[in-house]
This record gives sequence, C-alpha cells and structure tokens, in this order.
Amino acid sequence: MMDSENHTTEEHLHPHPLSSSNDELENLNLHENNEHDSLLSTKSYSNYRSVMSTLSDSHNHPLSSPSFVSSADSDPLLSPPQHYREFTNPNSSDTSSYIDPPSYADAIFTSFDGETSSNGVDTPTRSSSDGIFFSRSSSSSEFLKITVSNPVKEQENSNSIVPGSSSYVTYLITTRTNIPEFGGSEFGVRRRFKDIVTLSDRLSEAYRGFFIPPRPDKSIVESQVMQKQEFVEQRRVALEKYLRRLADHPVIRKSDEFRVFLQVQGKLPLPTTTDVASRVLDGAAKLPKQLMGESLIAPSEVVQPAKGGRDLLRLFKELKQSMSNDWGGSKPLVVEEDKEFLAKKERVHELEQQINSASQQAESLVKAQQDMGETMGELGLAFIKLTKFENEEAVLDSQRVRAADMKGVATAAVKASRLFRELNSQTVKHLDTLHEYLGLMLAVHSAFTDRTSALLTVQTLLSELSSLQSRAEKLEAASSKIFGGDKTRSRKLEELQETIRATEDAKNVAIREYERIKENNRSELERLDRERQADFLNMLKGFVVNQVGYAEKIANVWTKVVEDTSGYAKEST
Amino acid sequence: MNSSRSSSGASLSPRSPSSSQPFLSVSVSDPVKLGNGVQAYISYRVITKTNFPEYQGPEKIVIRRYSDFVWLRDRLFEKYKGIFIPPIPEKSAVEKFRFSAEFIEMRRQALDVFVNRIASHHELRQSEDLRTFLQAEEETMERLRSHETGIFKKPSDLMQIFKDVQSKVSDVVLGKEKPVEESDAEYEKLKRYIFELENHLAEAQKHAYRLVKRHRELGQSLSDFGKAVKLLGASEGNALGKAFSELGMKSEILSVKLQKEAQELLMSFEEPLKDYVRAVQSIKATIAERANAFRRQCELAETMKLKEINLDKLMLIRSDKVAEAEREYHELKAESEQATKTFETIVKLMNEEIGRFQEQKTLDMGIAFHEFAKGQARLANGIADAWRSLLPKLEACSSSQ
Repeated sequence: MMDSENHTTEEHLHPHPLSSSNDELENLNLHENNEHDSLLSTKSYSNYRSVMSTLSDSHNHPLSSPSFVSSADSDPLLSPPQHYREFTNPNSSDTSSYIDPPSYADAIFTSFDGETSSNGVDTPTRSSSDGIFFSRSSSSSEFLKITVSNPVKEQENSNSIVPGSSSYVTYLITTRTNIPEFGGSEFGVRRRFKDIVTLSDRLSEAYRGFFIPPRPDKSIVESQVMQKQEFVEQRRVALEKYLRRLADHPVIRKSDEFRVFLQVQGKLPLPTTTDVASRVLDGAAKLPKQLMGESLIAPSEVVQPAKGGRDLLRLFKELKQSMSNDWGGSKPLVVEEDKEFLAKKERVHELEQQINSASQQAESLVKAQQDMGETMGELGLAFIKLTKFENEEAVLDSQRVRAADMKGVATAAVKASRLFRELNSQTVKHLDTLHEYLGLMLAVHSAFTDRTSALLTVQTLLSELSSLQSRAEKLEAASSKIFGGDKTRSRKLEELQETIRATEDAKNVAIREYERIKENNRSELERLDRERQADFLNMLKGFVVNQVGYAEKIANVWTKVVEDTSGYAKEST
Repeated sequence: MNSSRSSSGASLSPRSPSSSQPFLSVSVSDPVKLGNGVQAYISYRVITKTNFPEYQGPEKIVIRRYSDFVWLRDRLFEKYKGIFIPPIPEKSAVEKFRFSAEFIEMRRQALDVFVNRIASHHELRQSEDLRTFLQAEEETMERLRSHETGIFKKPSDLMQIFKDVQSKVSDVVLGKEKPVEESDAEYEKLKRYIFELENHLAEAQKHAYRLVKRHRELGQSLSDFGKAVKLLGASEGNALGKAFSELGMKSEILSVKLQKEAQELLMSFEEPLKDYVRAVQSIKATIAERANAFRRQCELAETMKLKEINLDKLMLIRSDKVAEAEREYHELKAESEQATKTFETIVKLMNEEIGRFQEQKTLDMGIAFHEFAKGQARLANGIADAWRSLLPKLEACSSSQ
C-alpha cells in the first residue's frame, strides 16, 4: 500500500539542508528554524498549530517552552474563525462571506485534530486515515477509537529442546469506545500479526459481499529484518490503519469477530482455519455425505466458495459449470441478470482507474512541491553564506548595502522554504484520501468475487439437480416396465431421491446465500458512493484551503522583500 | 558611475541628440537566424546613437554576430589592462538549445548589457575598437574577426591564465614564498576576496538554476494532476464531478503560470547571477594581467641592473664594446620605465575599478532581488487567487449534500 511509502517520503522531508547549518542560521536570528524541525517531525496537530502561529508572528518567540502556544496575542488559532481570516488576503477589502461561518474553519482543523490532542501519548507517525474518519460526520454519537502501540518481542513458548526458538512481535491494541456491545469503555489486548491474518480471514468468510478493508500484507522477509525497528514501526502503522478502517465500517465494527479480537485477553478465540463443520446455518441439518457414487455438497458448505483439498470434486464441478457457462450453448439456469449491477460494476472499474491515475499524479505533485521547498531553502542558505562573507570582507559601503539586500532575500527564501514544506505535509494528508480509496477498491473486487462464486455455486447445484432428476426419471421409467417391481432399481431410486432432496436443500441454501451477498453488494455500493462523495469533497476542500493559506503566506513573505528593494525598481519609461 | 541598465543604453545625458552633452547609446536587437545546418548562426542588429565627433554620424545600424562581440572583448582586454572588461555570455555547449527562443533572447539581452556597459565606461567608450565594432561594414568586421591574432583568441587561453593566477594566489595564501609577487597586503586581501567570491556566487547561481527547474517541474506535475483530476470528475459525474473538473482546470491554469514564472526567473534572476560570476572571472583575468606586468617590471629591472654593472665594467677597461653596451642599456632603461609605467597604470586603474565594480554590482543585484521577489509574490498571489475562486463552488457542493 502506498501509505507506508508516503510516510517514508514524509520522513525524508525532514533531514533538510538547513538542519545541518543551524549555527549559521542562528547568527541571523533564525532560531525558529531549529525548533521547527523538531516540531515538524512530530506531526501532531498541536505542533501544526504552534508552527502556524509562529509564522504569523514576525518576532522571535521563546520557543523552548510549548506554553507559547497559549500566549493569547500570538496564537490566533485558539479561535479558529479568526485564524482562518488570516488566510485571506489582508489587502482585499471584501472578506468573502464563506470565510466567516466557523463551520468552514472547523472543517479544516477538525480534520487534523480529531482526538489527537486528547489522546495522551500520540503515536509519532500519525495515521493519515484519521483525516477521513473524523471529518465525515457520523450520524450516531458512537465512537470506536483504536490505537496500536508498544511492540514487544516475545518468545514462542514451545517445549523445545531445540535452542533458538522462534520469536515474534506483539503489539498493544488499545480501544476506547462507548458502544454498549463492548461492555466496557477502555481496554487493551496484545496481538501478533498472525492474529490479524486470522481476523481478516474470518471476516471475509463471515461477511461475503461486504467491502472489507484489506489487511496489511504478510512480508516475505528474513527473520532478521522482521526484528528491525523500521520494519516493526511500519507494521505497527499499517496495523493501526487497518484496525481503524475496520472500526469505521458500520457493519464490521459490530461484528463478533472484531469485538473478540479487540477485547478477549490471552489467545485469540477465533478458528485459524476454515472450519466449515462448526458453522451451523439457519438450522440446516448436517447431511450425510455419501462417499461412493454421488457426492453431496453439504448445505453448510455451500456458503463458502470451493477451496482446495476436500472440495476438489466441488471445484471440478463448478469449473465445469463455469466453462459451460462460457462456452456451452445452453444458458445457465440463473444468470447475472441484474443489469443495474453490471453497469455499476463497470462504473466502479472505471472509477478505480481514474482514482489510480489521480493518485499517481498526486504523488508526483507532492514530490515537486517538496523539491521546490528544498531548493528554495538551499538557495536561501547560499545567500546567507554570501551575506556573511560580504559583511566580513566589506571594504566599501556598497558591499554592506548589498549584503543587507541579500540578507532580506535569503531570509525570505528560507521562510518560503519552510512554508513549502509545511504546505506539502498537509497536502500529503489530504491527497492521501485518493490512496485510501485505491485500497478500498481491492475490497470491492473481493466483494464482487464473493458474488460471482456464490452464483457459480448456485448454477452448479442447479445443473446437478437437473441431471439427478433426469436420472431419476429414467430409473423410474425403466423400473415401471418390469412388473412387480424391481427391487434393485427401487432401492437405487429411493437413494437417488434422497440425494435429490439433499441437493434441493443445498440449492436453496446456496440461493439464499447468493441473495444475501447480492444485497450486501448493493448496500455497500450505496455506502461507498455516499462516503466517497463526502470524503472526496473534504479532500478537495482541505487541499484547496491549504493551498490558499500557504500561498498567501508565501506572497506576504516576498511582498516584504519587494517593498524593501523598491528603490531598485526600474523607472517606467 | 553611470550604471543604469535600460536596454537603450546608458549615457551621461538624456537621449536628445541635439543636447550638447556627449552621449553614446547602443541597442542590440532583432536576432535573426542565418545560414544553414552546422554553419547556422544568429545575427543581431546593433543600433548606435551618438554625438561623439569621432563617430561617422548621429545614428548607425550594423549587423553583428556573437564572434564579433568576442573580438571586441578580446581587443579591449588587450588594450585596457587594469580595467575590468565587461563579460560576455558563454558560447552554448548544447547544440539543440542554441536556437531555442529563450536562449536567443537571453543572449541578446546579455550582449545588449555588454555593449552598454562599455558605452558607459568613461575610458572604454573612447576605444577605437569600439568605434570599429559599432560602425564598420560587415566585410571589414569579418576580416578583422578572422585575422584575430590577439593572445587571447580562445577561451582556453583565458582559462590557462586563470589557472596560473589561481595557483599563484593559493600559493600566497598557503604562505609559500614566491619571489616575483607583489607584497601589497591590501591587494592580497583583494585577490583572496575575488577568488572566494566566485565560489560563493557560483553556488548561489547553481541553486538559482535549480530553482528554475523546480518551477518547471511543479508546473508539469500540476498539469498532469489537473488532467487526471478532470478525468476523475468525468467519472464521478454530479456536483462532485464538477468540482473535480474545476479543480483540474485551475491546476492547468496554474501550470501555465509556473512555466511563465520559470522563464522570468531565468532571465531576471539566474542570468544576473551568472553575469556576476562572469564579471568576477573577468576581474581574475585582470589580476593575471597585473601579475604579468609586475613580473615583467621586475625582470626588466633585474636585467637593467646587470647591464649597468656590465657597462661599468666595460667602461673601466675602456672596451670598444662600450658604445653598443651603452645603447643597449638605454634601450633597456626605456623598456623598464615603460614596464613600470604599465604596471603602475594597472594598479591605479584597478583601484578605481574595484569601487566602480562594487557599486555596479550592488545596483545589479538590487534589481535582480527586486525582480525575483516580485516574481515570487506575483506567482504566490496568482496561486492563491486561483484556488480561492474554487472555494465558493466547493462550499455549494457540500451544502447540497
């Protein structure tokens, strides 16, 4: 997923050229710089606010204490609408009306605030998916906030004589919620990655047809790498994102599997493999499987797609069916007749392509912005060095004047560079929505596949049924010719009819399942459309507001230099 | 002292030709591509307006090409030792860039500045070679150009001299004793200053060039982003789709602004920095000249002493070679005096030039900084305006949800 990529990109934003020459910058009273780097590297909202307020203030703050954030005159952010007004061009006389409604300003800030500041220990690398979840207003007042932290290496406690037993990492999963089903408001458990895989597998079995967020990838790396700090941190971030996405899904957040995962201490009480036999559905009785001759597809099994091993025969049958669907002359007995669905599927596919390409361009936009900021900073630094040099070596006044002019430009360039970098880290958060939806597309495909395989199962059962029935007819016809009955044939017929009845039941279950999945698809598509509209709109707003704000700030920085150097303006002819 | 950079050239007085104040104003314009294939080159129109008596008339138009400007520079360098000859733009290394519109315009501007600086220098403007350059027929120019026999025919010669001077200066800086060098502490300081200044400027110029590139890259990525977002908008349909389309369009508009600004940046900021670097390099050439002159003066003084001793010896023994030796001695004495005079002139000129140079550069850089800041402010405001205009539409989208 691109998420981790984004974060690494963000990290690289920070070892920037200015940090290596801080002492030089100190000489020019740019103390702010030093502090800002450390502030910026923790991306929490409170620091964002403090940086913004510092920039609006032209004097140097005593930056060492975080208390400066609260100093009334310098922190306009305490009242968001006021701060937002700052974003507007101070020169324009008509402050447009859209600025005033505080809800608009809230929209910016809540999307980065969420509960970050209230959460005591915030994770150093904030999940950007927070942006979506908190700005979309949920209808209920329910909340479910999950944090993943505290990775710990543990030993596989085996009764091993063999030394060097394998170790693994567990993470602390903390949940805060007010959802009554949980029967608690705050709790934590330790889980390992394997448990996540289990959870994910069980969810995809239980919630076919739903758009279930995809879990983080398993990594095929050496155990040495697995232990490395960076890898563990990446994984922690990915896990947190995944669990938060699950928590955001209106159906899954209420699922037993999820609740059990979050709450039950000790070993995760979910089966680690597909245990079909233990699933009892709709009171369907377990039916005897006949190992010889016809094999039954047990109704309880039809709710899962055919997998390898025991389901080989079923797999084969379904494959035969799908082939006859594709190549056979006869139409299958149940077709995907929902034209509306097919149209929607096509649309989703197209949408995915567009989101993909937009997401890629968003990445290169971010990179270009980052480069701009970096180069501007390097230019500023070069001029600072030049200024120092001229001042030290100055013999003539003209040199001193030039040095002073240059210092103005250098300072502006450094400020602009910082603003670019901030702009960029915000842009990343906003445009990340595109990446998020790409990930969701995988879930959509998966849900559509659930539907397809359920349909295939139904079709297979139907043709099975029809062939059984025609055999029964033949047998009946044959035995009726013999007067007095045919004991062997009668017995066979009875058995056959039992099989038919069982297959009928299975077919009914399969059809019910298929309908269920269809309905899930439909409601999920609706939800996807609704939420996507809201999320994308927020993304656009956030992106645009951000651009406006920073562009104005940058303009101010340079306007000052224009004024300072206005003496050199070319005389108009 | 007069150092305005208007393209119609500087002079001591307003342009009115009937004014009694002497003036000389030049412009370089109208680049035209001539010739074919590998032989192709750009020619420029050079218009001179003057009331100098030495000139043929109040106005003259000639056609010149880049190598003519090079000729002028080389001649001035030879004749006016001690004066910092204004630098000319480099020959372009990259073939296909040579005829791009931007490059041609940049070069034209630089050549215009070059000639104008000469025309406004109180000594250089009197130059006969300048008169030739500004007035001679094209054929004459061609002949002169191809018969160039000056020592500094190729840039590589200049380079060699720079290297020599550089090594000598670093020797001095490192404290190695070199016999034939001036021992003027202030001058040493100046030399060190010049060399270090070049390094600093080169770095600033490098970053300025990169900044131009960044503008272009950002413009390109905004354009691509805009296109992708527009397609996404088309897929979405409805109000949100429209919002996306608008965003995409704004993005493309901004992309154009960025490309424009990149070009501005190149011409009004990066080019002046490059010009500054060239000017410093020109000073280094003068420094080399001064070193040569000094060495020559010392050598001649040495040789003269020896000749004097020899002459005395010959006179003592009443040799018949005395007359010849005496003649030689007097010749040498004249040469030595000439060399001393040359050297002293260079020293005097350099002292004046340094002050003039610093003032000129403060002005040039002041203008460059002003234009740079103006451009960045203009760009940022443009960006803010473009995005701001989207906000009401976005607001309308969310309220309709």
